Amino acid sequence: MSEKTKSILIVGVGGQGTLLASRILGAALLSRDYDVKVSEVHGMSQRGGSVVTYVKYGGQVASPIIEKGEADVMLAFETLEAARWLPMLRPGGKVVVNTQRIDPMPVITGAAAYPENVLEALEAAGVDVLAMDALSMAQSAGSAKAVNLVLLGALARRMDLPPEVWQKAIEACVKPQFAEMNRKAFELGYER
Amino acid sequence: MNMSKQLLLGNEALARGLWEAGCKFVSSYPGTPSTEITESAAAYAEMECEWAPNEKVALEGAHGACISGVRAFSGMKHVGLNVAADPLFTASYTGVNAGLVIAVADDPGMHSSQNEQDSRHFARASKTMMLEPSDSQECLDFAKLAFELSERFDTPVLLRLSTRISHARSVVTPGERVEVPEKPYIKDPGKYVMMPAMARGRHTVVEKRILAQKAWAEQSGLNRAEYHDKKIGVICSGINYQYAREALGERASYFKLGCVYPLPEQALRDFCGQCETVYVAEDLDDYIEGHCKALGLEVHGKDVFSLEGEFSQAILRKAILGEEYPCRSLPLEIPGRPPVLCPGCPHRSLFYALKKQKVFVSGDIGCYTLGALAPLSAMDTTVCMGASVSGLHGRNKANPDNAAKSVAVLGDSTFIHSGITGLINIAYNKSDSVVVILDNSITGMTGHQQNPTTGLTLQGDPTAAVDLEALCRAVGINQVTVVDPDDMAATERALQEALAFEGPAVVISRRPCALLKSVKAKPALRTDSARCTGCKMCMRVGCPALSLKNGKTEINATQCVGCGVCRQLCRFGAITNPEGGQAS
Repeated sequence: MSEKTKSILIVGVGGQGTLLASRILGAALLSRDYDVKVSEVHGMSQRGGSVVTYVKYGGQVASPIIEKGEADVMLAFETLEAARWLPMLRPGGKVVVNTQRIDPMPVITGAAAYPENVLEALEAAGVDVLAMDALSMAQSAGSAKAVNLVLLGALARRMDLPPEVWQKAIEACVKPQFAEMNRKAFELGYER
Repeated sequence: MNMSKQLLLGNEALARGLWEAGCKFVSSYPGTPSTEITESAAAYAEMECEWAPNEKVALEGAHGACISGVRAFSGMKHVGLNVAADPLFTASYTGVNAGLVIAVADDPGMHSSQNEQDSRHFARASKTMMLEPSDSQECLDFAKLAFELSERFDTPVLLRLSTRISHARSVVTPGERVEVPEKPYIKDPGKYVMMPAMARGRHTVVEKRILAQKAWAEQSGLNRAEYHDKKIGVICSGINYQYAREALGERASYFKLGCVYPLPEQALRDFCGQCETVYVAEDLDDYIEGHCKALGLEVHGKDVFSLEGEFSQAILRKAILGEEYPCRSLPLEIPGRPPVLCPGCPHRSLFYALKKQKVFVSGDIGCYTLGALAPLSAMDTTVCMGASVSGLHGRNKANPDNAAKSVAVLGDSTFIHSGITGLINIAYNKSDSVVVILDNSITGMTGHQQNPTTGLTLQGDPTAAVDLEALCRAVGINQVTVVDPDDMAATERALQEALAFEGPAVVISRRPCALLKSVKAKPALRTDSARCTGCKMCMRVGCPALSLKNGKTEINATQCVGCGVCRQLCRFGAITNPEGGQAS
């Protein structure tokens, strides 16, 4: 396969489940015989900090990381993080963003303000944005923790992999007792 | 679908390689980004795997196992190799019986480390062969090859990893385990008893061994030239090979080093002779560049690249081609999002109490280093594992007046790793020091590994647990108190008593990590907006579950675990539990 490498950037706040989303994505792509690289972040940055995971696939992937102007798609689990990582998006790239707001510590302590108009600013900058309240959707699927599957579903709709591939990848990556709830969250996102 | 292909972390693939190579003993100490090697290895029943108290003990254990005749492994992060340097340098002299492989994971960019030292210097300094894989498949393959080389050259072999190798998943085709017959142990004091007369003989052996390894490195397929356009040549290894390939594709030729110690000479001369302009792309130090320049080769390196931080394809693209990709940013002030102590973290209230005492805090390595950040800001120094205790002793010896207003803080695992020796020094050399052990019953920062205080092995089997109180008393500390940090008044009292005590004292601040599965979260607290005056007193502990909405505190119910620390701070009874009560 000599297909050009595609780059998906997944950003969020430590603890939001970005790693699981990247693993399901990786499993789905591997099952389609793509070369895949997924770069994760462990350790200190997971403790409520800004986290970023890179998923790249194609005929042959060299670097596992994504740099400025390289991402085809950004999946943002939190609005401020979408703004923070926007420079990684290539011109013409797409953003799928959760409208959830999680205050970082400098905002909690009053040392900084949370910008109020991130979505408007993204649109004003001409970015192709799909915004959704993934937290509410996850809650209606049965758990606030399923934000990751909702967003993954929205991303999946915009990729050309057959639906059964996603189902298998979810089954392979989540615990059986949570499979049904996660599938439901994924489908809610997929329908968006 | 090819069922045999798997998407593995470099660390997982390395563990698979150990298993396939017939390795039988694995001993390590957790450290980001190396931890998952040993966690993954523990899933293979044929390998006896364990967490050791520190990297020195781990490597000595693996060395002992290899002398006894089985293939053995020890894994650690870059700073862990400092701790294990003592056995490493002499294991290089004794060599091995069965193979000994040591993985060391560097952290360029310091994603989760206190420095960004370059472990390649250790290979050269200890005269130990070092291989460097550039993806997960190579992690597996090089682990197997490392055992062969270890036995062939009678040497430990280092595998150098980095964050982007250890924590990147790439496609791996696993193989099967090949059992290796145990090698008989033959008594040989000239080889294994390193006293001066014998060690002199072994040094001669080591120097001869390196000559043989150099000859191997010249012709090994591990070090290979890949020719495309020859206007630009790039010498690289590990993850930098991937960055270079991505940045330059077929616009450049590559010399990929799979073995970074010893380095080849003629093969590099040949490559440089073929290419017009040659770059050495290596993050951290000018290790390969220095070697090339010593050979008289004309190469670019740190004249165009930084000595700091991790590289990327963008950095190489800019430095070599002068190209940058266009990108956008928003015209907004974007506040930073530093990592924070988790909601319900038992360290939070302890650091708040320390801040109130206005003491000098000699800090250490773990989640609790986050206590240094605002708003707690309760840490003055952090150097290396265990340094909180020994550093505090020095401070109090330098000026005994410091003792009444200084403490050391370190976690249970860090205390066992190398805090206990510092505490012995405090007792033995009579400093009036106060050491606070933050016992959260787990090794937290690296992702919940068991340790000798938890009563569970790596596999989760029950075992002996260090009795911290008894241990502190046994080394000569007469004042040992245990306190629940979530009881803020009691914690403050315990600290004041310890500081006032004549002689050394230990406070054990004991409460399990809030993220442990065995810890059940209490119902989320809520605020009574009629009572909340917006004084922000509760905000002083820096809990990410709290935020200010319309001038009043709001508690995020999905994050709050009901620890009650904010409630103890509220003077207006505005923070309540769901049943409406205020008492804990």
